[in-house]
Amino acid sequence: MSGIFASMIDGLLIGAVYGLAAMGLSLIWGVMDVINLTHGATIALGMFGMYILFSAFPVNAYLLLIPIIAAGLLLGLLIYWISVHWVIDRPQLASLLSTFAVNMMIIGIGTAIWSTSPYNVNFTLPGITVGAYTFTGNHMAAASAAVIIALALELFLYRTRMGKAIRAVADNREAAELMGVSSTMVLALAFAIGISLAASSGALVSTLFPFTILSGASYQMKSFVVTVLAGLGRPFGALVAGVLLGLLEGAVTPFIAVSWIPLIEFGLFVVVLVLFPRGIFGRATA
Amino acid sequence: MILRHPVLYIILAFAAIMVWLPLHGNNVSLREDLILVAIAVILASNLNLMIGYTGYVNFGHIVFYGLGGYIGLYLAAEKGWNLVLAALLAGVGVSLFALVLGLGILRLRGAYFALATIGILVAVQSFVANFDPWGRSTGLYVSFDAYEKLGGARHALWVTYFLVIAVMALSMILSLGIKMSKFGLGLFAIREDEGAAVVLGVNTTVYKAIIYSVSAFLPAVAGALMFYKNGMIDPSIAFEFMLSLEGIVMLMLGGKGTVIGAALGGGLYEKLRSYLLTSPKLSNFHLVIAGGLLLVVVLFAPGGLIGWLYKAVPRSRKVLE
Repeated sequence: MSGIFASMIDGLLIGAVYGLAAMGLSLIWGVMDVINLTHGATIALGMFGMYILFSAFPVNAYLLLIPIIAAGLLLGLLIYWISVHWVIDRPQLASLLSTFAVNMMIIGIGTAIWSTSPYNVNFTLPGITVGAYTFTGNHMAAASAAVIIALALELFLYRTRMGKAIRAVADNREAAELMGVSSTMVLALAFAIGISLAASSGALVSTLFPFTILSGASYQMKSFVVTVLAGLGRPFGALVAGVLLGLLEGAVTPFIAVSWIPLIEFGLFVVVLVLFPRGIFGRATA
Repeated sequence: MILRHPVLYIILAFAAIMVWLPLHGNNVSLREDLILVAIAVILASNLNLMIGYTGYVNFGHIVFYGLGGYIGLYLAAEKGWNLVLAALLAGVGVSLFALVLGLGILRLRGAYFALATIGILVAVQSFVANFDPWGRSTGLYVSFDAYEKLGGARHALWVTYFLVIAVMALSMILSLGIKMSKFGLGLFAIREDEGAAVVLGVNTTVYKAIIYSVSAFLPAVAGALMFYKNGMIDPSIAFEFMLSLEGIVMLMLGGKGTVIGAALGGGLYEKLRSYLLTSPKLSNFHLVIAGGLLLVVVLFAPGGLIGWLYKAVPRSRKVLE
């Protein structure tokens, strides 16, 4: 019995990281109605970013999140300019395909550089042992970092003028422009934040599990599940839904083979999409 | 009506050339190249029914091809059925599956549908990878004597090649037929404005479910033939996400919504890809180039090659569909 309990706590901690990734997807989706298919590739870049930085500066890996967040913002601006800016007023199909095209290019370049063999970040924090189980320090640190970043985003969106502008554009872009908000700048910033969140969640994952350049894809899928579960409301909702998904994974892992988990998750995903379209179609409201 | 359409004769001539080229001089390696071209044309043409005609992006189109391959291989190799019968049954089975699935997920519009198709691809793949009768993650094999029924392995390869070419021609004729029909007009209405289509009396739910199911049939048949020819199938090659996505690149490259464009894009992209994969310098970059190509097409030429031709030679609009 305590086995499930330990597995669920592990799931809960990983779930916070899933939630952080999903916040990035959800923010971009909510603000500009673009489904960012570079999400997975960005998560993978975050993983390799952490790997490169940690190889160069073997300090506390969680401190290295700061340069990764900054690099993520710059990368986000670049991807916005390449793939989204030109198609923002075209039908959704266009941005779906253009972000997907950038995804292919990132994965292609990444495969050429790092091949598809696994890497890992060799950094361990001491854990806490309760009875027969040990909760690793890395899991707890990654979850805490995820929650702190999520809180910071929440504060930014609800306590600053720029955050208010982002929410205004999400509600109604034309109206926001009439009020003097420069929507191009806001869209670029929101996209950059979304990419930065994805990259930092990738960096956190890299301290927990080995990864390849293709690993981002499965976290992208999880982000979709989480975003759909949460609806496109406050990004904080995505964090909560991420934790729920992590708990679910933790609760079923002791009972069934790991290879069944994707079927359960995506079965759930499709069922939620189909049965609760109203919750999903509800526009982001602040 | 369709008999008088010039594109029908272009399709038939194309198929005839595909048959004649490798037969002339018994060129086996050319045949193996061309069968991949034919598969690309089949996938792109049927994907076009969803993306080009109806405006719904299906990221998981390859599910039909892979499931068709599994059903076909299972019936033909394990149960000893006739290959053509097995392939047809695979097509019917996968179409029915798509119909039932479509009635559920096609309630979703636009990008939500696209996301659900990714979910379906992953769910089906992980189901098959855990499904005992289909050999779980190791997959199924065709024992060598199964080819005896088609007159030995060497002969069987030719038989499957001709069958795949026939499926390719049928895919294109199907696209043409739908485009010229009232049903096709309903699909275009959904693509342009689904709300307006409903108001105009198009039963969008039924239309979408039918086209989703129709777009599953020939890829499933092709999958059964192709994996039988290859002699093996496993979950990672049957449901290769990349191939699903490359299908979208092919379609956008040639020109979505057009019969010739889908085939042209499929053929050209497949040629490009095999060139890149075999070139020692560029093989690592084939994804980068494919991605760059897609990006350029989406940003600058959303009509693809055929769209460009329409602009350059306006009269071609009347002849080419």
